[in-house]
Amino acid sequence: MANASPLKPRSKRVLPGFGLSLGVSLLFISLVLLLPLTGLVAETAGMTWSQFWFVISDPRVVESYKITLWTAFLASLFNGAFGLLLAWVLVRYEFPGKRLIDAMVDLPFALPTAVAGITLATLFSASGWYGQWLEAVGISVAYTPVGIIIAMAFTSIPFVVRTVQPVLEAMPPEDEEAAITLGAGDGRVFRKVIFPSLWPALLTGIALSFTRSLGEFGAVIFIAGNTPYETEVTSLMLFVRLQEFDYAAASAIASVVLLVSLVLLFAINLWQGRYLRRLHGK
Amino acid sequence: MSIKIEHLNKTFGSFRALRDISLDIPDGKLTALLGPSGSGKTTLLRIIAGLENASDGRILFGERDISRLPVKERNVGFVFQHYALFRHMTVAQNIAFGPESLPKAQRPPKAEIRKTVTRLLEMIQLPELANRYPAQLSGGQKQRVALARALATRPDILLLDEPFGALDARVRKDLRRWLRGLHDEFHFTSVFVTHDQEEALELSDQVVVMSQGQVEQVDSPTRLYASPASRFVFDFLGHVNIISGSVTDGWLQQGNARVSLPGVSVSGDAQLYLRPHEVRLSVEPGDRACLPFTIEAINLIGAEVRVELKPDGWACDDIWEVGISHGEFSRWQPARGDRCFVTPDIGHLFRNGDNRPETVAWT
Repeated sequence: MANASPLKPRSKRVLPGFGLSLGVSLLFISLVLLLPLTGLVAETAGMTWSQFWFVISDPRVVESYKITLWTAFLASLFNGAFGLLLAWVLVRYEFPGKRLIDAMVDLPFALPTAVAGITLATLFSASGWYGQWLEAVGISVAYTPVGIIIAMAFTSIPFVVRTVQPVLEAMPPEDEEAAITLGAGDGRVFRKVIFPSLWPALLTGIALSFTRSLGEFGAVIFIAGNTPYETEVTSLMLFVRLQEFDYAAASAIASVVLLVSLVLLFAINLWQGRYLRRLHGK
Repeated sequence: MSIKIEHLNKTFGSFRALRDISLDIPDGKLTALLGPSGSGKTTLLRIIAGLENASDGRILFGERDISRLPVKERNVGFVFQHYALFRHMTVAQNIAFGPESLPKAQRPPKAEIRKTVTRLLEMIQLPELANRYPAQLSGGQKQRVALARALATRPDILLLDEPFGALDARVRKDLRRWLRGLHDEFHFTSVFVTHDQEEALELSDQVVVMSQGQVEQVDSPTRLYASPASRFVFDFLGHVNIISGSVTDGWLQQGNARVSLPGVSVSGDAQLYLRPHEVRLSVEPGDRACLPFTIEAINLIGAEVRVELKPDGWACDDIWEVGISHGEFSRWQPARGDRCFVTPDIGHLFRNGDNRPETVAWT
């Protein structure tokens, strides 16, 4: 039975090229993402489990995990608050120089991170512009974990601003007006109406900022001082292993960072999917 | 609570959105603000709510001047065209939002809020949807929830901004009837904005017709329809047939069309407005008027047969429309291209430069 009538459209899609575009995307993902990842796994695959465990549980490396985790955590938390504020100001108010500030938000992405690191180290060193004042009140930033946090926060702030901004822009003003007519004060409107709508985007921004900070190298090493057990971050440990031509050990440490980042991003995505399904139905 | 608006003005930059509006909105009645888009009706509603500030003028709720009060102290309920439900809250949480926003001293206990929510859910006939999220509701259901949420704070005044504008025709009709019923039961003072004259006339006790930031006419639906006070109101309330001509010795004349104007003594250029139900069709001219036409189209669908007419030997901007009964239609059997004449019963004469009509009655 011939059921392919000549009137039947061959495809329901409006634009052709699904096969081609998906193919190119997959190829590209394979080349820039999967291939290096495979290389990483292959490199560690040469090790036995005990060797792997020995490398990643080295006390100095473990200390670096701790430092990296808590500095990245504080940096992303700071970015969550400050990034939200920045996005808020950029969306809600009109003021001269707004477009300039908007453009400057991307600066940390455009700037080589090493340049940022050197600049921050200079500014916050004991004799630097900011450092001398902070030093006078007993706060030292350069060569301490505080310096690491500042460097991490600087390089990853755009993640928060750029994820929150579009959501804030798309938020209908009626929701706030409805809340006001129902008698809610400003604080309540923000907590109960605005914030819950922003929350998924903000959390994504914070998570991206966090994972980026976990791997930050260029900006951090110049300001961190890199004292073993005190201000060494994991990416530095990686670098050290590479300098010793111990590629397997470097890969092992890298795989730990990678795993943490992936698990975090996956968890956030899962949670966010559930939350957004509630907002958009189904 | 009644609303009194005194000499209200609103400008946005150099644009005058509202010009010297003075208006009384009676207690316990449904008032419609009717006008085309850009007429200022929504701005007026938002100023009453306090969501917008007037440039000058006063608003009184009852005897109290509330012009300077912030929104949340005005105790108004506001319903938005696109519902504006909080998407991350369930239906019940949405409705409870108002009572829970009260300052601690006035806030009712949790159990009482729960009771209010249950009562309102029953009133909007959706008690089974309490734990749904707005995204899971239809448009009509969303608007009912929005209404329940607005009523949960026991507002003195309910304001609705094109409440049925985003709904399809059938749901709109249902919801309209339901709101009317609800209003007849509870008698809250309500003001709603609409651009749909049918909606305004069907639903309201009083209609405020607005155009270009000004009030054109305030009247009950019946009086408004019976005697529109200006050209604008005529045009806005449905089809109207117009003949322009010059008046001499009590006759309006243009080309080979002429209409007697009993009781009109002035002369000069003028327009005569005749509404479809205020004229009759005949095969011969009567002694009141000679308005010759050819039949352009006949539409049989509806309670009446609608006949579209093209002037014969004179000119007008818009095609004429006349309604005849189905009985008359089958007796007379007119067809396209037939010649016929219009005989007026009641007309409204606008002299050039004059915005108030003079009613002409032939009987």
